[in-house]
Amino acid sequence: MSGDFLGLSADIWIILAAAVVTYFTRFGGYLIFARIKNIPPRLNVALNAVPAAVITTLVAPGFVQGGIAEIITLVTCIILGLRLPMMVMFLIGWVMIVVLRSIGI
Amino acid sequence: MNSPWQNYIVGFRESLPAVLSAAPFGLLFGALAIDNGLTPGEALLMSAAVFGGASQMVGIQLFSSNAAAWLIVFSIFAVNFRHILYSASIGRHLGDFTPMQKVLAFFLLVDPIYAASEFRIENRQKIRFSWYLGMGSSMYIFWTVMTGIGALFGSLIRNPEAVGIDFLFPIYFLGLLLGFRKRPNWMPVVIASGLGSIVAYQTVGSPWHVSIGALAGILAAVLLPLQNDPQTDPVPLSGGPEDMG
Repeated sequence: MSGDFLGLSADIWIILAAAVVTYFTRFGGYLIFARIKNIPPRLNVALNAVPAAVITTLVAPGFVQGGIAEIITLVTCIILGLRLPMMVMFLIGWVMIVVLRSIGI
Repeated sequence: MNSPWQNYIVGFRESLPAVLSAAPFGLLFGALAIDNGLTPGEALLMSAAVFGGASQMVGIQLFSSNAAAWLIVFSIFAVNFRHILYSASIGRHLGDFTPMQKVLAFFLLVDPIYAASEFRIENRQKIRFSWYLGMGSSMYIFWTVMTGIGALFGSLIRNPEAVGIDFLFPIYFLGLLLGFRKRPNWMPVVIASGLGSIVAYQTVGSPWHVSIGALAGILAAVLLPLQNDPQTDPVPLSGGPEDMG
């Protein structure tokens, strides 16, 4: 990203804009839904689906862009993640990818 | 009845498990931000101004893939969208707060604080501003400090691939995703988003796979038959370490 506006870089403006929209999500629900007693069920369902839908798209390409080491690590992490705390799974996954890559898989 | 200072200390103490869980991710965010081309100052600014772990991770990954500015901002908005439900829910219980206190309180409304607040409401304890500030200020300070430390060390890493740094994102997001698995429609949403994003990734390319895949998942949830869910207050799915904000 390049190009300055009012003496600040594009990166800075993006971060500030991200801060504004984030603050809106934290205050906006109070402002908007405080007046509505019932959120329409379909809207509620859509809102509930947002986090899983967005985050999935950040994981899924890992299955097609990486090699065998990446796929083995992800599959192992899914199995571990269903049973172990997130932090433990994360650390095991980290060790796995380093080891698998270093032995040339 | 406790003094405000005592309430502040209670809130500060209650924040410690969440602070400890989030600390590694603050370090990680700082290190990855550098790896993805941000300066240490920008990384700090992002933690101090956005204050939302998962959305910051998403944001810097899009930064590095040279995504359009609006897409970065929109993705951060999308990841934080659930906070709309938090503030709608918690807002009904902040009657004792002055307007200025609400302005600050909503800025600090990250998952652990939301969860702890709901817990107090459940136990018929009042949410006092001093308690809320104790918990919120603690999380905020530690999050930004950890980001700074991570950024300092991140610039020292010469070959991120050899130490697996480049692959921590997918692992991290996978853990985050599994933390949401109790949510209704989780499996169909994940399958639809996963397939949608992979197809889009192979055809249209990055970073469009994010928005296209996410839309596929949301659409799947909307098209499925409605489940009877009497629960109206959204409850965070994991009070775990995975999500700071």
